[in-house]
Amino acid sequence: MSAAGHPREVVIVGASLAGLRAAATLRAEGFGGHLTLVGAEQYTPYDRPPLSKKFLTAADPAETRLPVPDDLRARWLLGRAAVRLDPYSRIVTLADGTRLPYDGLLIATGAAARSGAVPGEPGPGQGVFTLRDRDDAVALRAALAAGRRLLVVGAGFLGGEIAAAGRALGLDVTLVEAGAVPLERAVGAEAGAFVGMLHREAGIDLRTGTTVTAFRTGPDGALTGARLADGRTVAADVAVLALGAVPATGWLAGSGIEATGGVPCDNRLRALFPDGTAVPGVVAAGDAARVPQPLAGGDAPPPGHWSGAVEQGTAAARTLLLGEAAPVFEEVPSFWSDFHGVRLRSVGLPGLADTVKVHECDRDARRLEVSYHLGGRLVGALTIGRTSRLAAYRRVLAEPTP
Amino acid sequence: MQITVDLDLCESHGSCVFAAPGIFSFDDDDYLLYEPAPDDGLRGAAEKAAASCPVRAITVAAAP
Ligand SMILES: Cc1cc2nc3c(=O)[nH]c(=O)nc-3n(C[C@H](O)[C@H](O)[C@H](O)COP(=O)(O)OP(=O)(O)OC[C@H]3O[C@@H](n4cnc5c(N)ncnc54)[C@H](O)[C@@H]3O)c2cc1C
Ligand code: SF4
Repeated sequence: MSAAGHPREVVIVGASLAGLRAAATLRAEGFGGHLTLVGAEQYTPYDRPPLSKKFLTAADPAETRLPVPDDLRARWLLGRAAVRLDPYSRIVTLADGTRLPYDGLLIATGAAARSGAVPGEPGPGQGVFTLRDRDDAVALRAALAAGRRLLVVGAGFLGGEIAAAGRALGLDVTLVEAGAVPLERAVGAEAGAFVGMLHREAGIDLRTGTTVTAFRTGPDGALTGARLADGRTVAADVAVLALGAVPATGWLAGSGIEATGGVPCDNRLRALFPDGTAVPGVVAAGDAARVPQPLAGGDAPPPGHWSGAVEQGTAAARTLLLGEAAPVFEEVPSFWSDFHGVRLRSVGLPGLADTVKVHECDRDARRLEVSYHLGGRLVGALTIGRTSRLAAYRRVLAEPTP
Repeated sequence: MQITVDLDLCESHGSCVFAAPGIFSFDDDDYLLYEPAPDDGLRGAAEKAAASCPVRAITVAAAP
């Protein structure tokens, strides 16, 4: 970046939600230099949340492409992954050897599905899938259309949505969860039990407190089922591993940034070296970024939410333009999940709580309102069918932390 | 300023209510209520609401 803080050559690695928002913000706020977006996928940016919901169940699923502003004036390098960052000579290298010099760089490579949890895990060709991108969703959609018995491993939000989609499509669905109830660590036992009840009411065979120890395949190599740690077996012709996501930061190996748990950032989203100094001209946003969380008293893993990618993309672009003069980034995380026709919404970081208060729990009306507290302070709230109640919690969470 | 929300798209995410509580709110059944012709002073908040809506249901335009 020049002394005035105005970059001339901005490179955005990761052409998805956070990267596109940053690009749009740069142009909207007067950036007149060169703008390059690098994306490992061959697609222009698209939205991921529908991929575990409508995209799987709709007869004729709509495209989930994100609108690109007409005046973006960007160079798109799609289907090309970045493989290396040299933060001293300020060069990003792509898999095909292309070298991209920058004076401003945004790291927005998102996350990848965690896999490899089961020894000898079969792949998509044999009927075992993960879900992160559009190609995964197209393949899973086809498998569900042809399948009869679905096994989902992991009853988190993604697993729950995929299991619900399987039921909506008329498959027999088994959902295996290591915890005592779904989502216990994310939202606590009370809300987790409520979600578990919704799954069972929908006819899902929810098996908690157990894990998959091995998959079984037939003579043709196709999936036939799985064995569980409790000794039981499950028959299945399609399986999905929904075991969470890991930051897609492997390409930063050797850069000096320690990014295994997400690119560490300061409160203006500037990437940090392990000694706490800023990497010159480099910012990060979205699922790849480890942004300070005041609610957690500072450091916390990336929550991986849509709204975070949007707000961080915008904020990171402002830091590229304004440097130290950019506003400090303050965000109250918020998240949603839709399954079995209910709308789950949350604000803050419920997973931090030491105390959970249930304000409404109406199983018949499928309504839930829960608040989360740590050391007596509100850290989050969650509702099902009661979004109207969240704004009040959000206001409290947005107040500066003492 | 004129606000329109495509209520067929709206999934009651509430991002707009967080961003611009002076314009958007929910009734008790989570249906979105909004002021279609808010004061121009709320323009910044309205634009933030439109940008934060996950289903892009909100349009902000100048008053006719
Ligand atoms: C199926 C699914 C459902 C979801 N549902 C919800 C939901 O209901 N609610 C919610 O709040 N959030 C949801 N999310 C999370 C939300 O989609 C993410 O938080 C958001 O996509 C993060 O945006 P991002 O731009 O940071 O990363 P991503 O969208 O992951 O994009 C990163 C991009 O970088 C590319 N990339 C990776 N490595 C490289 C490289 N080395 N070089 C170049 N490009 C690279 C990737 O190909 C990808 O296109 C869901 C996610 C998924 C996958
Ligand atoms: S943000 Fe969009 S989807 Fe959410 S309530 Fe507002 S208009 Fe509806």
